[in-house]
Amino acid sequence: MGSYITKRLLISIPLVLVISFVTFGFIHLSPLDPAEVVLHSQGIPTITDELLAQTRAKLGMDQPFLTRYLNWVVSCLQLDFGDSYVTGKPVWSMLGPAFLHTLKLTLVSTFAIVVLSIVLGVACALNAGKWVDKSVRGISFCLTSMPSYWLAALLIWYFSVKLDLLPTSGMESYKSYILPVIVITISYAGIYFRMIRSSMLSNMNEDYVLYARASGLTEKKITMHILRNSLQVSISVFCMAVPIILGSTVVVENIFAWPGLGTLSVKSILSRDFPIIQAYVLVLAVSFILFNTVSDIINAALNPKLRDGL
Amino acid sequence: MTNILEVKNLKIWDSRNERVIVPNSSFHVKQGSCLAIVGESGSGKSVTCKAIMRLNKAGIRQSGDILLRGINLMELSEQEMRKKRGKQLCMILQSSMRAFDPSCVVGVHLQETLVEHFGWSREEITTKMKNAMESVRLKNPIEVMNTYPHQLSGGMLQRVMIALTIVLEPDIIIADEPTTALDTVSQFEVVEQFRQLRERMGCSMIFISHDLGIVKLMADDVLVMKEGEIVENGTTQAIFSEPQHTYTRYLLSTKLALNQHFKRIMGGVSVAEG
Repeated sequence: MGSYITKRLLISIPLVLVISFVTFGFIHLSPLDPAEVVLHSQGIPTITDELLAQTRAKLGMDQPFLTRYLNWVVSCLQLDFGDSYVTGKPVWSMLGPAFLHTLKLTLVSTFAIVVLSIVLGVACALNAGKWVDKSVRGISFCLTSMPSYWLAALLIWYFSVKLDLLPTSGMESYKSYILPVIVITISYAGIYFRMIRSSMLSNMNEDYVLYARASGLTEKKITMHILRNSLQVSISVFCMAVPIILGSTVVVENIFAWPGLGTLSVKSILSRDFPIIQAYVLVLAVSFILFNTVSDIINAALNPKLRDGL
Repeated sequence: MTNILEVKNLKIWDSRNERVIVPNSSFHVKQGSCLAIVGESGSGKSVTCKAIMRLNKAGIRQSGDILLRGINLMELSEQEMRKKRGKQLCMILQSSMRAFDPSCVVGVHLQETLVEHFGWSREEITTKMKNAMESVRLKNPIEVMNTYPHQLSGGMLQRVMIALTIVLEPDIIIADEPTTALDTVSQFEVVEQFRQLRERMGCSMIFISHDLGIVKLMADDVLVMKEGEIVENGTTQAIFSEPQHTYTRYLLSTKLALNQHFKRIMGGVSVAEG
């Protein structure tokens, strides 16, 4: 298992390098001149060619592409993503806290998604075709089909305005987490629990279940074996849920005024703040690779066949 | 000789479409004897055996009486039935490659089963399983127990199942086509193990197979099934020498011809010779 983890981590290194190159390259394909963006954001009325050249030199834009890329990678490794074109502050001082806020929301939501999906998936599979299964699937279908901004608005109206139990927005106490977590959880768990249900159902027809039953094992033990095998498919999906939620909280963050990545990224894109966009894309890409690696490692721990494959 | 298992008026049907799979079956297994159930695929052999264990899928219903040592299994609660499975009624499956949880080492199933029925300690189980596995000619039993199913061959896994049966000492063993999924050499070895198992434990057995060569070698009595019905029932000698039903005669003529292949491979020391 140790050698599997080492190999898997080593494979991730070239992936990160490729992604960082693509991220850097794409931003520089943009027709906008960063020097112009900086000067505009500083409110300079007339932009002369001389001024542009000076600013380019200051930003290091006069150097060759590869030199700039290498300098950027080396600084990124030290968590130095440059300064924001708009505010002039270091990127990490803006991105770091926003990332942490979104990460907290994401992790709490993922935890809720995993627990809810497993509980509902197992309950539905064990009662397949009965009213529990049918009603859970029916209700989840209705909830999942609601757009998250609509669901969020309904929840705010009922719990915050009508009952005055929870805050409408912001990030003050644990209470602030409840509504955004519910909105995120409903949209993901409604899909994921079906996956666990169908995976459980197909495992229930496997011969190892028949043999376990024929050997006189208790239903509780048999269910644990089925669950262990059924979760293998879902582990990857659960792990990938973390980076997916990290990168898709824009709507929820805006509705609940959550000071996270979603809010920051939209603001940066609108103001063409390249260093922040670049760092944002890189951080998300690295988290995709990281959680993909984690999911592979967990899967290998659960499924011995995968360990032999690498 | 007393009957260890008696099946009376067993009817099996699919409740979803009311299709009758086995209309009305009655047969018995004598103490210490081996009853072979033969018939082509879909003749209701496996469903009958699963019905004895009460292990058919949810939609499949059954009625009638199944008496094991005089106790009607049909009247037992699920809890009571579970305690009989494994300990008194042992099943050996056809697909040994898929009979063990693929994400656990083989030993986990053995441990769980034996703890469930006897409450033995880990060491006790390891010692007993080690002896049983050695007796079915499995080398390095401890290593085998710590191996994942996909790392073992079908024949080895089949022998692990037989070893578990030896430790469980059931009243009756139900072997559902235990040799079908194996290659010819493994088939020969596994059949040998079954023969020794019967000699050593003197236990009764239901042996489902469509390989008549193996049936001739293993069974005392034979039951021929066609489309869910028992068309012929008698001693092995009688069935093989004087088959009454046309279907039995058809099975004998086709299957024994196929078994000549086996004979050639085994260099004359053939199961078919029985």
